[in-house]
Amino acid sequence: MSDLIWVYGEVVEDRISPTTLEMLTKAAELGTAEAVLLGPAPDNAVATLGEYGARKVYRSSDAVFADYLTSPSVDAVAALIEKHKPAVMLFASSYGGRDVAAALSARFDCGAIADVGDFVLKDGSVEATIPALGGSYQNTSTLVSPGTKLLLVRPKSFEPAQRPQTPEVEEVPAPANAEAKRVRVTQRVTVKPEGPQLEGSNVVVSGGRGLKAPEHFDMLRQLADLLGGAVGATRAVVDAGWVPYSMQVGQTGKTVKPNIYIACGISGAVQHLAGMKASKTIISINKDPEAPIFKFSDLGIVGDVFKVLPQLIEELKKRKGK
Amino acid sequence: MNIIVCAKVIPASSVIIELDPAAKTMVRKGVPHELDPAAASAIEEALRLTEKLGGAVTVLTMGIADAVIGIRGALAMGAHSAIHVLDDAVAGSDTLGTAKVLAAAIKKDNYDLVLCASESSDSYSGIVAGQLAWLLGLPALTFAKEIAVDGKKVTIKRQSVTGYDVCEAELPALIAVASGINEPRYPQLKGIMAAKKKEIKKYTAAELGWGADQVGAAGAKEKVLSIGRPPARAAGRIVTDEGDGGKQIADFLAELKVV
Repeated sequence: MSDLIWVYGEVVEDRISPTTLEMLTKAAELGTAEAVLLGPAPDNAVATLGEYGARKVYRSSDAVFADYLTSPSVDAVAALIEKHKPAVMLFASSYGGRDVAAALSARFDCGAIADVGDFVLKDGSVEATIPALGGSYQNTSTLVSPGTKLLLVRPKSFEPAQRPQTPEVEEVPAPANAEAKRVRVTQRVTVKPEGPQLEGSNVVVSGGRGLKAPEHFDMLRQLADLLGGAVGATRAVVDAGWVPYSMQVGQTGKTVKPNIYIACGISGAVQHLAGMKASKTIISINKDPEAPIFKFSDLGIVGDVFKVLPQLIEELKKRKGK
Repeated sequence: MNIIVCAKVIPASSVIIELDPAAKTMVRKGVPHELDPAAASAIEEALRLTEKLGGAVTVLTMGIADAVIGIRGALAMGAHSAIHVLDDAVAGSDTLGTAKVLAAAIKKDNYDLVLCASESSDSYSGIVAGQLAWLLGLPALTFAKEIAVDGKKVTIKRQSVTGYDVCEAELPALIAVASGINEPRYPQLKGIMAAKKKEIKKYTAAELGWGADQVGAAGAKEKVLSIGRPPARAAGRIVTDEGDGGKQIADFLAELKVV
């Protein structure tokens, strides 16, 4: 019998999140894929889940799942798990996914494996690979608790692929208890990002503390323009308020896999490496020859970004005949 | 307003992590430790709240004896007292085991608010806060970029993919702070001197009601099967800029047919 693998579906920017589809693809490859989708979603949401391999979708469009954090979803998913007992349930390592999986792991006293990059199923037990955060170490883990194994999956771990199904839909009742309505979402604020977006860019030019001041990001914008790419940043400079969070590449920001990643004044902290080290080609510029980023670079220039970058920009302009 | 801050003390960022293949863990003992910068942000937030609203800040750490340096650091920042869960029985705890031990220690104290980092700077699992809130029966407000308390009501700005969500709940509650919520203060000499006199209460797992088979490596639901170094990326070309670094990158981009 094929293993039943569930995916906790999420909607981001009014569409099913890319990580949801990546996880579904993997689930369909290893077993019978089914999805749980709670809260308001676009009209084609169920069809999209089907396209990526979901044979069944447990669905509620009740606003309670969006208006209150975590608890309503935890109650609904817990009831579904108890009833259907999937072998594995996958959650994205996202804000919502982590909170729901965390609460379920405590509720069922079953634990969870975070930051999973890949996994296999062997006779009902799961073996998950947690890729190294940067250059440190990596491990494989299993869950020894009986019942459904909860895994939190890193974005971009799997390549999404269509495996069209027409999913059966089962309506999920919204939890009725007031206890679940404890953290109310009163407002959603969108901070409009500027410039080309990191996702899907073939070239990403990122800056770190080595750029010394926010205005120096203009150099990166120029370089990105010349290469048709997007600008990214490390957590340190986002935390310092130089650029908006939408530009953050790393464990707590975006995971990118461009063809070319150019790291400028970035030392290569574990946090940052986690979000970009799968890039096809990495080029870095840093003053410090010991900077960890060089261990991940195809070309590393030990030098001053304020000399190397302007020269690179001039050179590209010349070659492009500008 | 009494606040308990769960603060992890981690190997200093300058340390190259050694692995213990037999125990399948990283080596913590004998390695210089420091207060996790993510936890320092949670302490800073707690101090700002109590400076405004009155009350006390208690730091709670589960960790080896060397973790004291980080606890003293938190006390030097201004935390009023500390709790250290120090017991070989808790070594090797998984996320849920850690949350169970912390929850048991928190239940022994009086609090209005529990604060912690959304994720630690050494393992980033990001689920201990959610587990802890569930075990304590508290509403969980996670990934907080900003916190405001008004009477019994707490409001946060919660990081989202596209911006932030404003979320509110009633106290008592748990708030996990996002990185960059503040710039933690540096301990001053006066604070460092005062910290030496502040109490660090110690608990063992048994004192918190946990048997040695329920927490630590023995009680962990997540078992590490193997641990190792990641496959090294093929060595690249590292050159020192001698005035033509920019040109070299342009040449390389041309080789890759990007330009």
